[in-house]
Amino acid sequence: MNGQIVRLTYVSLALVGVLVVMTTYWQTWAAAGLADRQDNAIKRVADFSVDRGLVFSWKPRKRLARNTERKVERKSLFFRRYPYGSLAAHVVGYSTVERSRTGLERSLNDYLTASNASLSTLVDKALDEFRGKPVEGNDVVTTLDLDAQEVALAELGAQCGAVVALDPRTGKVRVMASSPSFDPNLVENNFAQISRIEADCQPAAPLLNRASAGLYVPGSTFKVITAAAALESRKFKPESSFVDPGYCTVYGKRVNNFDTSSPFGTVDLETALTYSVNSVFCNIGKTLGAKRILDTAKRFGFYERPPLETPTDERAPSGLYQRRQLYYPKQDPDVDAGRMAFGQERMLVTPLQMAMVAGAIGVGGELMEPQAVDKIVGPGGLILLRQRPALIRQSVSKKTADAVATMMRLAVERGTGTAAQLSGYSVGGKTGTGETGVPGANTTWFIAFAGRDEERPAELAIAVVLQNQSGTGGATAAPIARAVMQAILS
Amino acid sequence: MTARNRELGGVLVAGVIAGTALASVTIARESEISASAVSYGAVFLALYLAAHIVVRRTAPYADGALLPLTAVLTAFGLALNYRLDPDDGGRQALWVLIGLGVFAAALVALRHDYRVLESYRYLFGIAAVFLLLLPSVPGLGERVNGVRLWIDIGPLRFQPGELAKICLILFLAGYLREKREVLAQGRVKDFGPLLAIWGAAMLVIVQTNDLGSALLNFGIFLAMLYVATGKALFVAAGLALFVGGAALLYNAIDRVHERVTIWLEPWTDERVFCALNGKLELRQNCASYQLVKSLYSIGNGGFGGTGLGEGTFTSTDGTQLIPALGTDFIYSAIAQELGLIGAAALLLCYMVFVARGMRIALRAQDGFSKLLAAGLTFGFALQTFVIVGGVLRLVPLTGITLPFVSYGGTSIVANFLLLAGLLLVSNKANSPP
Repeated sequence: MNGQIVRLTYVSLALVGVLVVMTTYWQTWAAAGLADRQDNAIKRVADFSVDRGLVFSWKPRKRLARNTERKVERKSLFFRRYPYGSLAAHVVGYSTVERSRTGLERSLNDYLTASNASLSTLVDKALDEFRGKPVEGNDVVTTLDLDAQEVALAELGAQCGAVVALDPRTGKVRVMASSPSFDPNLVENNFAQISRIEADCQPAAPLLNRASAGLYVPGSTFKVITAAAALESRKFKPESSFVDPGYCTVYGKRVNNFDTSSPFGTVDLETALTYSVNSVFCNIGKTLGAKRILDTAKRFGFYERPPLETPTDERAPSGLYQRRQLYYPKQDPDVDAGRMAFGQERMLVTPLQMAMVAGAIGVGGELMEPQAVDKIVGPGGLILLRQRPALIRQSVSKKTADAVATMMRLAVERGTGTAAQLSGYSVGGKTGTGETGVPGANTTWFIAFAGRDEERPAELAIAVVLQNQSGTGGATAAPIARAVMQAILS
Repeated sequence: MTARNRELGGVLVAGVIAGTALASVTIARESEISASAVSYGAVFLALYLAAHIVVRRTAPYADGALLPLTAVLTAFGLALNYRLDPDDGGRQALWVLIGLGVFAAALVALRHDYRVLESYRYLFGIAAVFLLLLPSVPGLGERVNGVRLWIDIGPLRFQPGELAKICLILFLAGYLREKREVLAQGRVKDFGPLLAIWGAAMLVIVQTNDLGSALLNFGIFLAMLYVATGKALFVAAGLALFVGGAALLYNAIDRVHERVTIWLEPWTDERVFCALNGKLELRQNCASYQLVKSLYSIGNGGFGGTGLGEGTFTSTDGTQLIPALGTDFIYSAIAQELGLIGAAALLLCYMVFVARGMRIALRAQDGFSKLLAAGLTFGFALQTFVIVGGVLRLVPLTGITLPFVSYGGTSIVANFLLLAGLLLVSNKANSPP
């Protein structure tokens, strides 16, 4: 029987040995994946024993998130407080026991809880653990301009919409406001109060970061991309002239200008953008075809999630959507290029994306990576991460960008965007009104850049979107953009 | 050095481990070393020294590694149970005391010749079936987690399956020793006992809805049948029958179906029907939440663990995050607090225990002793595999205990009986003629 017993020994030892292998798998290979899962209550609660890093605004330097310590069964637990409440709720997010985390609190959790593996922090952390002291997390300094953030939220008021303002030279996000906002202090114990928040839209969805995850019909703001595509194709010049009959025919259907009563007659491309003439862009679209315009849009960052530091699912890619899925046409006739050229036809964009577009035009075509984090500082003051400006790519040639910039400046100087004029600055902008066909339910836009003068690159780019409007983008969104730009530049 | 002196050294080392573990749990809990922690360690050591003296008197030639290994395993169990719930820790200590008493009694009673047990083989067989079906007797059985594995007698909760396992091994050792030559011929009619026991295993699943104990007992049977006959065909046929039978029952019994679904797909991206609250929920928040939480606990331990007493098992308001932590999920608690190093050390103890047990089977002189030692050892290994494998999502999760570590009186007593059996066989084999 001994032969059998020896074989049974191997089997028995293998049975226990495979347990060692599986334990190793869960504790090493799979550990990071398990820790990242949203329903991981163990990790979530364990993180509360860490003296979590603070979150600061950039200017003025204020604490957007701090901790309150509470002893539970002899253990120190650190709970989050957000002194500025709803002011930066969507960027900072929240960290709670019951509802997990959002915003930077989620995406930078490893830094905030010091579980990021860097040799110096690892030693400190091990020492803290050994001494029984709570582990100290790393502080995050955001790029937010708190005063301007406040102006943006106040201007949005009860309207549903968002404002994104960034420095196009560096990509640093100065304002990221989404309305309606919510008080993150209420999430843990008073969530019902958040679900009762009402605004001028249904559903109010206060938790949604409309600035980076809200998808809207771009309307005429998309003409900036069409114009850039037209110039890049070398088939058109700013002075190319068109005859505007007041409408354009696509697939046998008439597409009207915003105001059909007075056709512009013969116009050049520059004037067409200044006064947002639909028929001109419709014809450009038909000439270029959808794919060429979309390829230019891609150069501006469409069809990819903008690389912000917030969680992936809080950032949506812009582009054509079909059945809630991002969709790229296989061939030109799949898409109505005429209507797409002025921002209709299933085109959906985020305010963040449009701020990036305006910014790239304002600085000669350089598309910078948007960044909401300035630096991450360890407990001893050691800078663990300093975000350096990063170029995504040259979106369009400097010549094209400058030509489109000139057109946008004209739009603010004497066209549709006069409400955004700012003394002492040269502002270029583009209005947009995404019509839904229901009165009082338009999506209105204003995107702009502002610089000291026309020669120097823009210092600021902004995108404002409003839902459920009856006015035009020039009348509703442009004044908000002006107020926020003033707050940042002053 | 003789086996007994090695055993004495091992027991002393185990005492130090137990004392350190208990002290470290107390420090984490009270932020100071209390006198009680030291005295717990001393009492633990005294108990095992007493057991060692009994072995010295009754089984002087027995293997010297098993008792210290058992001491280390119970030390793990006591420290963890005390850490999770001091009251459970106290009761567990009482059960270890009782277990050691039963162990000593068994050694004393069978010190001359344990082989008299062979003549009671059919009695053991009947006892095994009786014990296995006891929980499904109406009014007596208690459903815990939807599985009937427990019976309540007065204030005592009793898990008869643990004792049934020992009885089954004793029966099989006797029966197979007698019939092995006949069975080894492998004629069609020799498959009769295989079919009968397979039928019994399926009946156990139907009655208790527990895949785990059926798998354990049927696995022990197949292993012992293989050792007795050397016919791999029996094993293959048995496994095929078991898998086939289980697959049929999988569709017929909701409870079994649910366990397997949880095992295959613990996480869902879409909400599925949740039987717990009648709503649509993600499976990780409903049916599979125990398993998923257990994996999170293991993952949170990482390489070095959080340290004894420092793991996270409760929410910030004190609610328990993992249910049945002391019994079914003790391994996930160990893996979190002691990390990969501690969990691997624990599993290594089991491996050495198994290796020593099989060595005893190899050295035993007669068929009954060989079958008995191999059966007991394999049962020990398979039980460890089924419960820890369940926690690690290697096999469907079941409610059997981790030998010597899980909280639970019957399990402790049954495993001390198993230890006594192995030591008796070993003593006999090593005795000078």
